[in-house]
Amino acid sequence: MPGHVALIDYGAGNLQSVANALKAAGSHAVKVTSDPKVVLAAERVVLPGVGAFASCAKALRAIPDMVAAMERRVLDQGAPFLGICVGMQLMATRGVEHGVHKGLDWIGGEVLPIEVTDPKIKVPHMGWNDVAPMKHPDGAELIERGEAYFLHSYHFATDEGRDIAAITDHGGAITAAVARDNILGVQFHPEKSQRYGIELLERWLEWKP
Amino acid sequence: MTVRVRVIPCLDVRDGRVVKGVNFVDLIDAGDPVEQARAYDLAGADELCFLDISASHEGRGTLIDVVRRTAEVCFMPLTVGGGVRSAADARALLLAGADKVAVNSAAVSRPEVVAEIAERFGSQCVVASVDARRVSGGIGGQLVDKAGDNPDQNPGESRWEIFTHGGRQATGIDAVEHALRLAEMGAGELLVTSMDGDGTKQGYDLELTRTIADAVGIPVIASGGVGNLGHLVAGVTEGHASAVLAASIFHFGQHTIAEAHEALRLAGLPARS
Repeated sequence: MPGHVALIDYGAGNLQSVANALKAAGSHAVKVTSDPKVVLAAERVVLPGVGAFASCAKALRAIPDMVAAMERRVLDQGAPFLGICVGMQLMATRGVEHGVHKGLDWIGGEVLPIEVTDPKIKVPHMGWNDVAPMKHPDGAELIERGEAYFLHSYHFATDEGRDIAAITDHGGAITAAVARDNILGVQFHPEKSQRYGIELLERWLEWKP
Repeated sequence: MTVRVRVIPCLDVRDGRVVKGVNFVDLIDAGDPVEQARAYDLAGADELCFLDISASHEGRGTLIDVVRRTAEVCFMPLTVGGGVRSAADARALLLAGADKVAVNSAAVSRPEVVAEIAERFGSQCVVASVDARRVSGGIGGQLVDKAGDNPDQNPGESRWEIFTHGGRQATGIDAVEHALRLAEMGAGELLVTSMDGDGTKQGYDLELTRTIADAVGIPVIASGGVGNLGHLVAGVTEGHASAVLAASIFHFGQHTIAEAHEALRLAGLPARS
């Protein structure tokens, strides 16, 4: 009997869309939760997120013991983790959207504005774009080459190139996915990426890192 | 490649039912927005737009249910517009499963509503509408009795004014200035509709689209007047839009989403395969 997927509800994001997509990908036990105990007992943990880095980081920390529960379950005990969009960016050391704000610092790096020199390149980066996998030991079995839906104005610049599992191109290379051990983060929205996204969630639900 | 040109079918919804229905043969209930959304999801539409034209409060209430049911079965970005007047209106739609809300007439009288929604839920979820008509002799002048686009005619004299009430009511507001203001307020993208072109099948007002797209840093969706696939292509090549919205050419089976993508690719533009 597989355990449940804890989908963390911290008031930021399109929770229902992510829950619907996880169900479509075959998960029968998605628990939308803001209870750290549910996270501690989860087989897998998903952190969604839309909006600004600062408000998301603040909202997540506002839930008593939630970050501690995530770190225990994911970092110490190795439960598979998926961060989506700002949920992925929150893993960075810090973000610079509306001032400098501390992230979870699970994967070293900064969340920076997408800077473009060509006026034809529009920000937000909005729409379907390439997901081009990099050689990566953990991400290889999860990330396939394809097209996914992106919607963001900031990007995750990791300290170490080896944490990048996939890139896309918007006026230059941009991190599309990060991975390390049992952790996956995607800048794009699998829950909005039709078949490509549902298949990625299917692989993640089967993932045994 | 780079980010793809988005092809966005738009469905008009009134009292929870689609007004101009899709002519797909295999739909059980062609008036059900959810069925139609699902068909477009399977057809590979890049996004979907619901525009609520309900006149009554009760009619608007049904929209929330439509959005919720759509989000359960469609895994594509969904924009919902029509009657969004406040951050509370936006919140109700976002919680039901909309990814973005389109703000139209409320932002004409009070552009700050765009900032209020963007501050609470992020710029990425705010689509600000620019509903414009071509006027001659400056703002408040005569409507130009010509839809479509002819950039070589009267160069430098083009003016557009914001109109409300389906294009019937002039506001005295310059459309390009309004667009810049909405972008400053934190809109994530602009939905630029030529009220002259809407329903004519004569193509987008390319000069309007281009003037605004070149003036702002955020993406512009071209809207109003699509009659064939060439119009979609021109919206990007000549209108400089990042996305193209259309209704009847898709709804009535004249063209598929795949054909639209192919036409864009044949023109050398990035589109989904």
